[in-house]
Amino acid sequence: MEQKEYKSINKPIRKKDAMQLLLGKPVYTDDITPGNALVVKLLRSPHANAIVQEINTSTAMKVPGVAAVYTWEDVPKTRFAIAGQTYPEPSPYDRLILDRHVRFVGDPVAIIAAETEKAALRAMKLIKVKYQVLEPVLDFRKAKDNPILVHPEEDWFPPCQVGGDPKRNLVASEVNGDGDVEAVLSDCDIVLDRTYHTKAFNQAMMETFRTYTELDRYGRLHVISSTQIVFHCRRILSRALGIPKSRIRVEKPRIGGGFGAKQTAVCEVYPAFVTLKTGRPAKIIYTREESQIAGSPRHEMEIRIRLGASRDGHIRCIDLYTLSNTGAYGEHGPTTVGLSGHKAIPLYTGGLEAYRFSYDVVYTNLQASGAYRGYGATQGIYALETIVNELAEQLDMDPTVIRDKNMVKEGMEMPSYYNETANACALDRCMEHCRQMFHWDEKYPVRDMGNGKVRTAGVDMAMQGSCISHVDVGSATIKLSEDGTYNLIIGAADMGTGCDTILAQMAAECLDCSVDDIAVFGADTDASPYDSGSYASSTTYITGKAVEKACAELKEKICSIAAEMLNCNASEMVFEGRQVRRIGTEETVSLEDIGYKSQVFNTQAAEATASHSSPVSPPPYMVGMVEIELDKETGLVTILDYMAVVDCGIPINPALARIQTEGGIVQGIGHTLMEDVRYDHNGKPIGSSFMQYKIPTRLDMGKLHVEFEHSYEPTGPFGAKSIGEIVINTPAPALTHAIYRATGVWHRELPITPEKIALSLTEKKQKTS
Amino acid sequence: MELKLTLNGRPVTDHIDPGLLLIDFLRNHGCYSVKRGCETSGCGLCTVLMDGRPILSCSMLAARAAGHSIHTLEGLQEEAADFAGFIADQGADQCGFCNPGFVMNTIALLRENPDPTDDEIRMFLAGNLCRCSGYDGQLRGIRNYLESRRNQNRA
Repeated sequence: MEQKEYKSINKPIRKKDAMQLLLGKPVYTDDITPGNALVVKLLRSPHANAIVQEINTSTAMKVPGVAAVYTWEDVPKTRFAIAGQTYPEPSPYDRLILDRHVRFVGDPVAIIAAETEKAALRAMKLIKVKYQVLEPVLDFRKAKDNPILVHPEEDWFPPCQVGGDPKRNLVASEVNGDGDVEAVLSDCDIVLDRTYHTKAFNQAMMETFRTYTELDRYGRLHVISSTQIVFHCRRILSRALGIPKSRIRVEKPRIGGGFGAKQTAVCEVYPAFVTLKTGRPAKIIYTREESQIAGSPRHEMEIRIRLGASRDGHIRCIDLYTLSNTGAYGEHGPTTVGLSGHKAIPLYTGGLEAYRFSYDVVYTNLQASGAYRGYGATQGIYALETIVNELAEQLDMDPTVIRDKNMVKEGMEMPSYYNETANACALDRCMEHCRQMFHWDEKYPVRDMGNGKVRTAGVDMAMQGSCISHVDVGSATIKLSEDGTYNLIIGAADMGTGCDTILAQMAAECLDCSVDDIAVFGADTDASPYDSGSYASSTTYITGKAVEKACAELKEKICSIAAEMLNCNASEMVFEGRQVRRIGTEETVSLEDIGYKSQVFNTQAAEATASHSSPVSPPPYMVGMVEIELDKETGLVTILDYMAVVDCGIPINPALARIQTEGGIVQGIGHTLMEDVRYDHNGKPIGSSFMQYKIPTRLDMGKLHVEFEHSYEPTGPFGAKSIGEIVINTPAPALTHAIYRATGVWHRELPITPEKIALSLTEKKQKTS
Repeated sequence: MELKLTLNGRPVTDHIDPGLLLIDFLRNHGCYSVKRGCETSGCGLCTVLMDGRPILSCSMLAARAAGHSIHTLEGLQEEAADFAGFIADQGADQCGFCNPGFVMNTIALLRENPDPTDDEIRMFLAGNLCRCSGYDGQLRGIRNYLESRRNQNRA
């Protein structure tokens, strides 16, 4: 494919904040906010379902240094959602800052604010609570129409109609499809019917949830928070606290990782409430345990698929039903589930004659789920890619060949993807590239290493979207400085991914200058133009396009100011980077002179703000292949090689795109082999520290190889699609496949720990003997 | 109680609560590079050097550092900058929250073993968790640094 030569695009430019971060400069919430703020701690419920009958804080209040203790009686009675979504949110308004009805182990019961952490913790122990303990709903398979209701309250409110009914423990429910599923299935040579189960996983970003609040010099609530969603956060706080948006300013400093966790305002309301009540600065910093038990993990899902195919491996029909567990509150419940079908089924657009996608999302008395990189697509793709691998094994076909036959290809219209057309799709080239580089034909066969260990490989494909079509808004402001450099101001949140840098690369390309000439600032609700925030794989694709538009507008304004200086029409001027020229003449004005002119007797702002939104969400695509060595004695899976080929359109920054891919793969390996948010029979979380909730170390991942196959997305900035989320989707199906090859056992539940593998082999032996 | 120690080469005397953890002492003294990622000695983010050896400051009482020399990243900026640029070139800094602990432990590694193999790097840094980068970019950065140093020595 022909590619344009760019100066800044498709270049591995260093992140703008790289050296600050690597040298440990104070750039995060807790580093830059005063140490003398009130320390905010939360007393959390020990019960999964209970009513606070009595709560006595008088002894706690006597602890020296305690400034305030608040209970359900003290907070506003307006229900709200903490999901960072565009208004009206699909997530129900089902929370109060503190509720008398506590719905999971860890649900806040009281807010304590004290001069020191020690005083706050002492006071916490002295709060006396009498609970009426109720039976909880812990099994999400039994939640729908269970007589025990997680949200019996009358003021439960859905801003959007998404099929929810709290009297049935339902947050959302839907059926959609295309074609006659039953007719096609009955005509298929082979129909597989399988059920897969994925668990909740924690984002486990290195910086836990944290927020600082104070009243600023105008008496407004100033919030500095580790958040991906400054504007949604302002709206959420406004509703929860009952104050207008003009009285709230939310900004984010550098963020120590998010992965979607910080697309939910998990902790902001607590210190904000304290500051409003006391007038004093307040800070909350979640412990790792709190982040693990009262955060915003991935939705547990059970996915049943009926897959119909012909004997020669043509996939004709997919019937997919997802049951999703949103936990005690509905954040992101109605939307994550949608991706389990809509961002999995289109992979097989090839010869698909009919599909049906239906789902229920249910409440349980467990930690509320939220947004996590992949957002439901991860679960759906695990199920669909695994059943396709099961089909290939059953038909004795090479699983890469069965995909060649059925995969979506460029130019196809995708009925299961809102009838969008795959305008940029290199999935077929990704597969071919991966097959060659990985040496699939050599690694796929099962090889007995002679020491109880076997080697083999697994494969899968993945997709995601780029933005929420018809919803997400990205904006950028670009301003000229008098020395000819620029300020780029955004409302998207760089959480380490490097969006500040890639957006600056785009601006530099548009303005024909160096990336160093673009200073980036974001995000602050007072200063930034509106942006939905950094989630849904939207920043490169949506905010990037806004940067392009803003730069085009600024160039026009620069030309116009220059024209005024030369006493001619703006249409006669051409922008040349460091100067503006009157076409066909030697008359030029330097950018510096234009910059100075813009500050003297000038009526045209040398700045431009543009917004962008998209009616489509072009999917990036990816192929993953993994080679493992499996120890049949212990069940230990060692990853030898992981090869991934990604089509994210044109990568704006290949180094950062590569790191995104590598990081996503390692997270996915964690979900597949070790990570699991677990509870005991009372709904009490177990494994709430890094000692028990193991995330991959650098010894757990084998050798990674990442390559890119370019496509050109016509609606994206410089041909780009997204990269941030898709990269987490391939490890689970590829590893599940390889483990089956090595053991002959399909594991249809994640994670697949060595214990489960070893036990399955023992069972298999018992059955055959 | 009174605590005397050397912090980044300077003598420091302070009155502390006997239960104060070293990480909190260091952050109270402006060493904001020292990060808390867990409370169970499981992530490596709080790594600092005591008498030149890497320790986890979240699981050591400040009082135990009495009479010792503590170095945080604030005190080793030049030594860190030497190789940090190579990590930056890979984009492997990412969110950066694990970087100070990782950089401190890498300093300890390179002092002890100036020319480590890939496996030696992986083993030494195994206790430094990173959730963003997938680790490979960090490894490539260190490898490129070692390579450039070798080339310099040859020249």
